Amino acid sequence: MISLPKFKLEKRETPPFWFQVLMPLLAVVIALAISAIFLAIIGKNPFLAFYNMFMGALGNKFAITETLVKATPLILTGVAVAIAFKAKYWNIGAEGQLYAGALAATWLGIMHLPLPAVIYIPLEIAVGFIAGALWSLIAGYLKAKMQVDDVVTTLLMNFIMIYIVQAILNGPWRNPKTMYPSSVPIAKNANFPKIIPNSRVHTGILLSILAIFFMYFLIRKTKLGFEIKATGANPKAAHFLGINTVKTIIIVSIISGGIAGLAGVGEVCGVHYHLISGISPGYGYSGIVIAMLGGLNTIGVLLAALYFAVVINGAQIMSVNMHIPIFISDVIQGITLLVMLAMLLFFEYRIRRVK
Amino acid sequence: MSIAAVSSFVIWFVSATIRMATPLVLATIGETFAERAGILNLGIEGTMLMGALTGFLVTYFTKSLWLGVLMAAVVGLLFGLLMAFFAVTLGVNQHVSGLGITIFATGLAYYTYRAVIGSPTVPPSIKAFSTLKIPLLWKIPVLGPIFFNQYALTYIAFLLVPLSSYVIFKTTFGLSLRAVGENPESADAVGINVYKIRYISMIIAGTLMGVAGSFFTLCEFNMFLYNIVGGRGWVAIALVIFANWMPWKVLGGALFFGGIDVLGLRLQSSAIKIPYQIYLMLPYLFTIIVLILVARNASYPAALLKPYRRE
Repeated sequence: MISLPKFKLEKRETPPFWFQVLMPLLAVVIALAISAIFLAIIGKNPFLAFYNMFMGALGNKFAITETLVKATPLILTGVAVAIAFKAKYWNIGAEGQLYAGALAATWLGIMHLPLPAVIYIPLEIAVGFIAGALWSLIAGYLKAKMQVDDVVTTLLMNFIMIYIVQAILNGPWRNPKTMYPSSVPIAKNANFPKIIPNSRVHTGILLSILAIFFMYFLIRKTKLGFEIKATGANPKAAHFLGINTVKTIIIVSIISGGIAGLAGVGEVCGVHYHLISGISPGYGYSGIVIAMLGGLNTIGVLLAALYFAVVINGAQIMSVNMHIPIFISDVIQGITLLVMLAMLLFFEYRIRRVK
Repeated sequence: MSIAAVSSFVIWFVSATIRMATPLVLATIGETFAERAGILNLGIEGTMLMGALTGFLVTYFTKSLWLGVLMAAVVGLLFGLLMAFFAVTLGVNQHVSGLGITIFATGLAYYTYRAVIGSPTVPPSIKAFSTLKIPLLWKIPVLGPIFFNQYALTYIAFLLVPLSSYVIFKTTFGLSLRAVGENPESADAVGINVYKIRYISMIIAGTLMGVAGSFFTLCEFNMFLYNIVGGRGWVAIALVIFANWMPWKVLGGALFFGGIDVLGLRLQSSAIKIPYQIYLMLPYLFTIIVLILVARNASYPAALLKPYRRE
C-alpha cells in the first residue's frame, strides 16, 4: 500500500531575518499574479496593464512626484494602524479619523485668521491631530474601560464622521460658487508650502517622515513602546508585569487617531486647500493593508506605503490608458493583504514532513 | 390627524420596518452561525456587496429574479469558503483576514460592475421583486397589509429565525456547532470534526450574507448603486453581540434598526430643516449606543477568534 506523506506545522523558534525581507516581496508578486487573472478575464493584457501602472507611477519626474503626494497620507495611516495593531487596538477607523482631522483643519483654515504661516500651519497640524485623536479616543475608551468591541465602533464611526462632513458641506460650510459640495478655500497662510517646484509634493511629507521616526523611537526606545508591545502580545501577562493595560490602550488610541488625523490635515492644507466629501479614496482602509504588509514594522510600513502609493497612483494612469476600472487598485490591495496573511503562517511555522 | 391617517401611517411604518429589517435578519443570522462556530467573519460587508452585485447582474442578463438570488447565494457561499480557508485551514488572524476579504470583495464588486456595465449617466435597472400577497391572510385589516404583503425574501428571512434557533439548539449539528465554538479541544476529543463543522457553518454564513446583499438590488432598489450596502454588514456584527448569539433575539435587534432606518428616510422627506445626513448616521450611532449597553453582559463564544490546530 502506498502511504501519502504527511505534513505537520511546527512552531519556529526565531524566524530567519531574510524571511522578513523576502516574504512581503513574494506576497506582492503573488498578489499581482492573482490580480492579473481579473485583468485577463475582462480581456486586458495584464503585462501591459502592470507596465502602465508602474510607468504611470514611476515613469517620469511628474509621475514620481504624484506618487509621493499619494504616499504622504498613506504613510500616516499606515503608521497609525500599525501602532494601534501593535497594542491589539483594532483601529479600523483611520478613515474616519482622517476626516476628523480634515474637518478640524478646514474649520481653522476657513476662519482666515490674521496669522503668519509659521503659526497658522503648526496650529493646523495641532487641531488636526487633536480631532483625529479625540475621534479615536471614543473607541479606545469604550474598549479599554467598557469592553466594547473596537472593530465595530471604529468602523461605524467612519460612517458617522463621513456623514458629519457631508452634512456640514451641504449646510453651513457650503461654498455657493462651486457645483459640488465643497467648503470655501482655507486661508493662504494655512497652506502647506510646496517642497518640489512644479509639483504637488508639499511639506506634509515631512510630517509623514517624522511619523516614521516617531514610530521607530516609540516602539523601540520608550517604556510606552514596551508597554504597547506587551499589551498587544498578552494583556494578562502585561497586567501581571504591572502595566496598566487600560491606560496603554487609551494612549495608543490617542496617538493612532491623531496620526491618522494628520493625514486629513495634509490633504486639506497641502493638496486641495478646501474640504470635499471625497477627500480620501479610502486611505484609512489602505492603512490597514500597509500596516500588515509592513509587518507592523517601521521600515516595513514605509516601504509598503510607498508601494501602495505606486499602485493607487499607477492604477489611475492604467485606468485612463487602458479603460480598466480604477477599482482594480482595491482588488490588488485586498489580495495583497490576504496573501501576506497566508504567508505569515510560514513565518511562524515551518512545514515538516512526518514519517 | 384623523384615525384613518394614523392607522395608515402605522401600517406603512411597521410594514416598512419589517421590510428594512430583512437584510439585517439574514446577515445577522449568518454571522451568528459563523461566530457560534468560533469564527468572526468580518468579510460580511464585502460578501453582502458581492451578493448585491451578483443578484443584480444575473437578473439584468437573465431577467430571472430567483436566479439572481440563487447566484448571490452561491457567490456568498464562495466568499464564506474563502474566509473559512483563512480562519480554519490556515488559522490566521480573523480580524485581518475578514477585513482583507471585505476590501477585496468591495473592490471586486465595483470593478466587475464597471467592467460589465461601464459608467452610464443613467444606471441600468431591472424589474425588482414585487410583494407577495399571502392569499386570504393579506386581507385581514391592519395585520394583513403589515405582515402578509411583504417580499418573498422577507418571509424567508423571518422563517429562518425559528429554523436556525431549532438547528442551533435542538439538532446534533447545532450541538457540535456550539461545542466547536466553545471548546474545540473537547469537541475533538468526543469525535466531532472541528474543521468540518466550522466549514459548514461558514458556508451557511456566507450563503445567507450573499442573499442578504441581493435584497438591496432585487427588492429595495432595482439597480446597483455605489455604497448600496452602506455598513449594514457592520451593523449585523453588532447585532450578533446585541442578540447574545441567539437567533430569536436577532429579530428584536433587526426590527429596531429597521425602524430607525425607516424613521430616517421618513424624516428626510419631512419639512424639518435638518441635514438628511443626520438621519443617515442614526443607525450607526444607535448601534454604538446599544453595544455600550450590552458590552458587559455579552457572552462571546469562548473559542471565538481562536484557530484550532490538532496536535
